[in-house]
Amino acid sequence: MSSLILRTATRFVFPLLLLFSVFLLVRGHNEPGGGFAGGLVASAAFSLVVIAYGTDVARKSLRARPVSLIGAGLLVAAGSGLWALLRGEPFLTGQWTTIERFPGGPADLGTPLLFDIGVLLTVLGVVLNIVFSFAEEE
Amino acid sequence: MLIAVLSGFVLAAFAPWIHRLSPRASAWLLALLPLGLTGYFLGQAGAVAGGEPVRTFLPWVPSLGVNLSFSLDGLSLLFSLLITGVGALVVVYAGGYLEGNPQAGRFHAYILAFMASMLGVVLADNLLLLFVFWELTSVTSYLLIGFDHDRDKARKAALQALLVTGGGGLALLAGFLLMGDIGGSMEISGLSHRGEALRASPLYVPALLLVLLGAFTKSAQFPFHFWLPNAMEAPTPASAYLHAATMVKAGIYLLARLNPVLGDDPAWHVPVTVVGAATMLAGAWLALQQTYLKRLLAYSTVSALGALTMMLGIGTGPAITAAIVFLPAHALYKGSLFLVAGAVDHAAGERDVARLSGLARKMPVTAVAAVTAAASMAGLPPLTGFLAKENLLGAVSAAPAFRIAATVAVLLAGAAYVAIAYVVGVRPFAGAPRPTRIEPHEAPAALWIGPALLGILGLFGGILPGPFVPVLSAAVSAVLGWDYEVYLALWHGFDPMLILSAAAVAGGVGLCAARGRLLSLRARWGHLGALGPSSWYDAGMKQLTYLARTQTRLLQSGYLRTYLLTIVVATLAAAGFALLRGGGVPFAAPLSGARFYELCLAGLVLVAAGATVRSRSRLAAVASLGVVGYGIALIFILRGAPDLAMTQFIIETVTVVLFVLALHHLPPYSRISSRGSRARDAFVALLAGCLMAGFVLATTAGKRLPSISGYFAETSVPLAHGRNVVNVILVDFRGLDTLGEITVLAVAGIGAYALLKLRPGKGKTP
Repeated sequence: MSSLILRTATRFVFPLLLLFSVFLLVRGHNEPGGGFAGGLVASAAFSLVVIAYGTDVARKSLRARPVSLIGAGLLVAAGSGLWALLRGEPFLTGQWTTIERFPGGPADLGTPLLFDIGVLLTVLGVVLNIVFSFAEEE
Repeated sequence: MLIAVLSGFVLAAFAPWIHRLSPRASAWLLALLPLGLTGYFLGQAGAVAGGEPVRTFLPWVPSLGVNLSFSLDGLSLLFSLLITGVGALVVVYAGGYLEGNPQAGRFHAYILAFMASMLGVVLADNLLLLFVFWELTSVTSYLLIGFDHDRDKARKAALQALLVTGGGGLALLAGFLLMGDIGGSMEISGLSHRGEALRASPLYVPALLLVLLGAFTKSAQFPFHFWLPNAMEAPTPASAYLHAATMVKAGIYLLARLNPVLGDDPAWHVPVTVVGAATMLAGAWLALQQTYLKRLLAYSTVSALGALTMMLGIGTGPAITAAIVFLPAHALYKGSLFLVAGAVDHAAGERDVARLSGLARKMPVTAVAAVTAAASMAGLPPLTGFLAKENLLGAVSAAPAFRIAATVAVLLAGAAYVAIAYVVGVRPFAGAPRPTRIEPHEAPAALWIGPALLGILGLFGGILPGPFVPVLSAAVSAVLGWDYEVYLALWHGFDPMLILSAAAVAGGVGLCAARGRLLSLRARWGHLGALGPSSWYDAGMKQLTYLARTQTRLLQSGYLRTYLLTIVVATLAAAGFALLRGGGVPFAAPLSGARFYELCLAGLVLVAAGATVRSRSRLAAVASLGVVGYGIALIFILRGAPDLAMTQFIIETVTVVLFVLALHHLPPYSRISSRGSRARDAFVALLAGCLMAGFVLATTAGKRLPSISGYFAETSVPLAHGRNVVNVILVDFRGLDTLGEITVLAVAGIGAYALLKLRPGKGKTP
């Protein structure tokens, strides 16, 4: 689809969507959001690129193969649970630390965020895998 | 002790690498581990013979009763010494046997892993732990039998062994679970004191039969014996180790180990004795008809396993003693004979006994080892085989029931062993040399050191049994469950045993003379063998494939609509049944809280759903489906579930994108379903909707269960540092569920990818 309007809009919306995806991910623990929603928003961003510019550009801007994203996501999610195992607690027990000197007040940082990143990557990988394949069908 | 078991697995992982570093010395290096373990177990002998088992305990999954608990008593020690001692010799032997084979490293890895698994079996005190190792021996045995994986026969034999022993393993697991359930403990040491309570339980007989099935398949008891001769496809060192000295004795070990728990009951004595006796006779009879060295040895092993089983079935003090004495004696001579057979094959390139003769001059060391082992097998003094046979005859002649029948059976088997020993151990070496495929030459040291050492040990044990008596006594006591003193001597006067023993030898000589006629008999009646248990296995396999094909044809139609229908109907049936049984659906639906615009929204969703179904263009259907989705998302928002709503919105968006991308690949829209099938689909769909609605009503109105949401809301911040309860549940409280879900998602995504990319006829794949 070679619509100038869509292309120009995509240039602006794409980074915003990705930023929004990260925003959803980070705030997910306290406000509506989370890795799943974040992953879907990111996939929507790349889908937009697919529609406006085609899969080649989308693949290039993704920089990784969607299948690798799936694997990485599962690895990160499962790996976040191992942390607890090393400390003798049940698998996937949340491990937390508080960063006192965080800009804007103390922030809690924990393995569930890592887990959520894993979810995001998996969702992104799965959706893009299908979207890319569909778009490349001849 | 945990280290003793696990070290084998660790070394196995490095074995191929070590082999690549130094292909020549690797076998000798790798043999150091089993040798060291033998030393370790010998070091424990004093304590164990004193009657105090060595124990270690490490919780693994305590909530399921699975613990890494190991116990070393007399019985375990006897087996451990056999496993590690013969293991060391076999590893060295394999180094010579497989010299130059590029896959030798892999073989070493398998055999070490097998050794570790087998050690686990005989040392485990926890039933489930024992089962894990039990299955590991089946798996490693599968790998070893199928070592020459480019040969069809080897693969088939490996699969057969795996299916027979694995199937028995499943029965064994069920039996173990029943035992644990009745006895209230998964530790064998805990159960052994509760034998009487166990035998009084109504579940005793089912548990016993399941355990027996597991033991009988593993130890190749009739009618499951057929896999063992076929397993001779394995490289000879593996055959000698697994199928003579150790693995097939796992079943014997199990029977012996569980004797204090399950034995001492007619339900034990009768089947174990009868199956053992039948196996002993059938194995001996079949062995006499073989001409290939390894198959001959395999059938005679079947027979020996039968004899061991029979003794455990009789279960008296002398019978257990006979089993415990026969066990190492058999391992020594049979392991030795197998290794000799391999050496002969290696040096002369022949396996058929009929073509081998006069090798003694070319292979003197091997010949001496062979004759020693054969003499032990024939039960000639002063070898351990003689002691074993005396004890066997003594046990049956003092058996509590069917004394004469049992004695005759053992005598017959004994006579057959003499003949077999002659055919295997003497004939290839005696007489005038015959031309063979390869010019025979003495085997390298690695190939004769194993059989020679085993032979020397067999001789030493026969002349001076004294040093072995404490360990054997401890083993017998462990099997019986009470203290028992073993008495062994080559000479105890002119008693009936000696006469019986002599009768067996005389019968054996007669059998040797008549063997020619026996073979011609076999040539005439050989086709009857096609009716044996092996053909049952083949028929069973054929039925299994047939069943698989039929059910695949029924269920895997390849049509998405059929799959959907199957899934939805199955869910409806199962969940609907549960819902109705759980007290039905409260129809007084609480609609009072609904506001006007919510009802409007619900109406809109309904109309859009109707439009989706009725629409005659795909694009319109996608759009209306989008309306349904967004409408539901709005309801989520109105009802205070922003997370759900947001996810729903994005999902809808992505779905629409996917649909649009997929749309122009689809053929033009047409109605292909008949009126009838549409009506059926509508009915199923409505029913599914009703079921979901029913579930929602039942969960919100019923309040049969206390709600958990209060707990989550309260503990979300203190325990999980998050105010968004939904997300906290997803990533923390129920993180494992989410992990499972994303795994499913990943699998589904890759599956969809495969469907899109790998369609048949698509030419090249990306």
